[in-house]
Amino acid sequence: MKSAVIVFPGSNCDRDAQTALRQVTGAEPAMVWHKEGALPNKLDLIVLPGGFSYGDYLRSGAMAAASPIGDAIRAHAARGGYVLAICNGFQVATELGLLPGALLRNASLNFTCRPQPLAIATNSSAFTAGYKEQREVSFPIAHHDGNYFADAATLDRLEGEGRVAFRYIGNPNGSARDIAGVLSENGRVLGLMPHPERAMAGQEGGNDGVKLFESLMAAA
Amino acid sequence: MADLSALLAPQDEASARSHGLKPNEYQIVLDRLGRPPNLVEMGIFSVMWSEHCSYKSTRRHLGKFPTKGPRVIQGPGENAGVVDIGDGQACIFKMESHNHPSYIEPRQGAGTGVGGILRDVFTMGARPVALVNALRFGDPSHPKTRSLVAGVVSGIGGYGNCVGVPTVAGETQFHKGYNGNILVNAMAVGLADQNKIFYSRGAEPGNAIFYVGSKTGRDGIHGATMASAEFSEGDEEKRPTVQVGDPFTEKLLIEACLELMATDWIQSIQDMGAAGLTSSSVEIADKGGVGVEMDMDKVPQRETGMTAYEIMLSESQERMLMVLKPGREADAKKIFDKWDLDAEVIGYTTDTGRLVLKQQGIVVCDIPVPPLSQDAPNYDRPWNAPKPAPALDISKYPEPADYGEVLLKLMSSPDMASKRWIWEQYDRHVMGDTIDSSQSGGDAAIVRIHGANKALAICSDCNPHYVAADPYEGGKQAVAEAYRNLSAVGATPIAITDNLNFGNPEKPDTMGVIVKAIEGMAEACRVLEFPVVSGNVSLYNETDGVGIPPTPVVGGIGLIEDLSRTATLRGLKEGDAMLLIGDTRGHLGASLYTREALGLDGSAAGAPPQVDLAVEKHHAARVRRFIGMYGVKSVHDLSEGGLAAAAAEMALASNIGVRLIAPPQELSKAGWAFGEDQARYLVVVPQDRREIGGNDFADLLAGRPADDFPCIKVGEVGGDSVRIEGVLDVPLSTLRAAYEGWLPRYMKGAS
Repeated sequence: MKSAVIVFPGSNCDRDAQTALRQVTGAEPAMVWHKEGALPNKLDLIVLPGGFSYGDYLRSGAMAAASPIGDAIRAHAARGGYVLAICNGFQVATELGLLPGALLRNASLNFTCRPQPLAIATNSSAFTAGYKEQREVSFPIAHHDGNYFADAATLDRLEGEGRVAFRYIGNPNGSARDIAGVLSENGRVLGLMPHPERAMAGQEGGNDGVKLFESLMAAA
Repeated sequence: MADLSALLAPQDEASARSHGLKPNEYQIVLDRLGRPPNLVEMGIFSVMWSEHCSYKSTRRHLGKFPTKGPRVIQGPGENAGVVDIGDGQACIFKMESHNHPSYIEPRQGAGTGVGGILRDVFTMGARPVALVNALRFGDPSHPKTRSLVAGVVSGIGGYGNCVGVPTVAGETQFHKGYNGNILVNAMAVGLADQNKIFYSRGAEPGNAIFYVGSKTGRDGIHGATMASAEFSEGDEEKRPTVQVGDPFTEKLLIEACLELMATDWIQSIQDMGAAGLTSSSVEIADKGGVGVEMDMDKVPQRETGMTAYEIMLSESQERMLMVLKPGREADAKKIFDKWDLDAEVIGYTTDTGRLVLKQQGIVVCDIPVPPLSQDAPNYDRPWNAPKPAPALDISKYPEPADYGEVLLKLMSSPDMASKRWIWEQYDRHVMGDTIDSSQSGGDAAIVRIHGANKALAICSDCNPHYVAADPYEGGKQAVAEAYRNLSAVGATPIAITDNLNFGNPEKPDTMGVIVKAIEGMAEACRVLEFPVVSGNVSLYNETDGVGIPPTPVVGGIGLIEDLSRTATLRGLKEGDAMLLIGDTRGHLGASLYTREALGLDGSAAGAPPQVDLAVEKHHAARVRRFIGMYGVKSVHDLSEGGLAAAAAEMALASNIGVRLIAPPQELSKAGWAFGEDQARYLVVVPQDRREIGGNDFADLLAGRPADDFPCIKVGEVGGDSVRIEGVLDVPLSTLRAAYEGWLPRYMKGAS
């Protein structure tokens, strides 16, 4: 699987994504600086990593979505390439228009970092197929703006089309319908607030994230 | 254009006084210059000779700390301490206070405290891998406390989370003695290759001085001077002297500096911390034995009309100063352009040994560099030997009717209660190498060395009640406790950083406490072979003449050579045996029990427990052997709240009950349950380890004490309560509600 991690100024989970991809794929992902206008050829997967792109000083993800690499990311997605958008990456993906909805400030108004139990809402996606019969995972969360919002019609459509990938068990941030992760129409873009790349075995986060990357390996 | 005439006017003794310089100090300035200083020069002398920058009250006492050891690469005197952790790698770390600014503007004060300590570490070439904080707030009932907690926590989180360095450990305590002066001490830990460590020394004459990072504004002018004076009512007016942080720029600065440091283009580098451009340029000049000439008009400025005085004294954040090797200016600029950071050549090193500043083509400062550091005052302040508190006569106080209620009270007390509300606001997992943080409840955090099977253990400790009651013993104890906490997770203790927080050193009683606490710490460092490699002193933590409880915080670093051999509070299983290492004599003086259950405070609470350093060393070695050789996974040191609190914390972390034996005949119930005798640990041995580990192990489990060190079986894991036979029996759910409930309830304004 040929993968790339996009590095925005203020990304801070880029190395974590790189380490996770290396661990699972055995190959080195390309680390692509946001000012580069183009992506490597024949890319299977783009990871939009977590962090505070541009310090979140405007709206989380808004500045990053306007950076030079934006068009290339959109083109990759339009071509049917896989995109894994984690945390700040999820915020960027909604700003890029790759996924519906928006991420608002947590209902508690506080930044929240904790192990988060999640229900796997669909195990037929390219991101979750490897979990098979497993119904629950725990990924760490760490965000200030993770409160997923979309209008009722959009939420109905997401649910109707099986595009909710993960739901919170014990909603930590006020997200609509406990949604923690959503899929694009073609099922190839996943945006989620929890951090699977922080649950790769050995760390405090556990090892539930491994299968997500393995699922992608199998799909790509 | 700034009007320069005021800058050039000769300054008299009155001006010196308003700059915080004493008459005798002003005389030295006159002597060294052979003329009165102008305003710029006065400002520079005043910040360089401030308590904050010169350590003038403590320097001669800090010299008592052992600072060398087989693993020490760089001790105190550089931006941070450096220790050898094997495999060609080094751990670079330091703790620093941001007390005064955090009281005036908690969010920015605490945030910039984190930013400043991070810069100290990455300036030396290290990638920061962990943050720790030690916080002290006033009485929870004080009207300001709640908002200070909220502000400080959001400041620490807001900064650390954004720069992407995990905040892995910390401590938070409350006492009315901090009502007017909270303590915000932040520690940063970084990793570097030993052949890629950068110093402020090494500048050679004739090279470009590069300014990198944020533009200079008027924020923080005289911050170092503020940190060297007492507060009085109404000092919130000093808000303009508090700096404003920009963690996003700090993140860019980290990445850009580390990218530049991968080359060999840097000769000398220094971050702009307290006293900003002044201290950084003087440091580079002084350590390199060179002069510096800078053009103020070249300094990137955020505001218009700034004078040389303001530019030199600004403490605007996220700025670095470096001297590059000849001909590397354009290459370096390319890296900073990539990261969208300002980078300007603002001057050159010279061979004159003088600090020369120009603005609008006019020389506004021309002073010799050496007096700024070498002639900084070094006082032998008069001090009175502190009188240790008398031993507590516990027989004067009635026995509690219900020891279970006492345990609940201790576990829900502000010092002991869970700080989850705080640490859940810190990203503890970014960088992917956090093995154990506050979340796992180990005695120290464990952070893996990226890509290796090794890890650093990190902790921070101080019991100000002990130090107040007996500065020497309390100072010893702070170091011993850090040693114990590192050992309890399976790490070999390596070195410490310290953050000495005290009141006004010009008061002989306070100075006596400072001297004795330092001597106690130094003794512990010597015996435990646990040297001090970096540190910070914060004095004048006084408001309206009342000082804080003495709080010398110790930040400890240990090394774990094999990640499969570590311990936390967790992992207790039905039937496991609980072993107690160390002698229990039932010492209750200065304990949490006397404060919370008996309501005693200050010297009425009695003398703190004695620390026998040889015993500490011996017991810690045994604990490390339990973890390293026998594979024991659950260990907890006994500290505040004694055996009952330690057992309760382990039970809560593992979500299973514990049953402990009744007090031995010679001990009172309170002494057994809540005594704070030192050098003690609870070690939990799983049933399936019984046949492993040789005779001493089997004997212990059979109830026979070990012959070469005090270790007895004190109970077993099981049930759903914390029970001490004949003393107390508290359901886990009640205990959890008490332990977890206090802080969230308090922050909501409900208690």
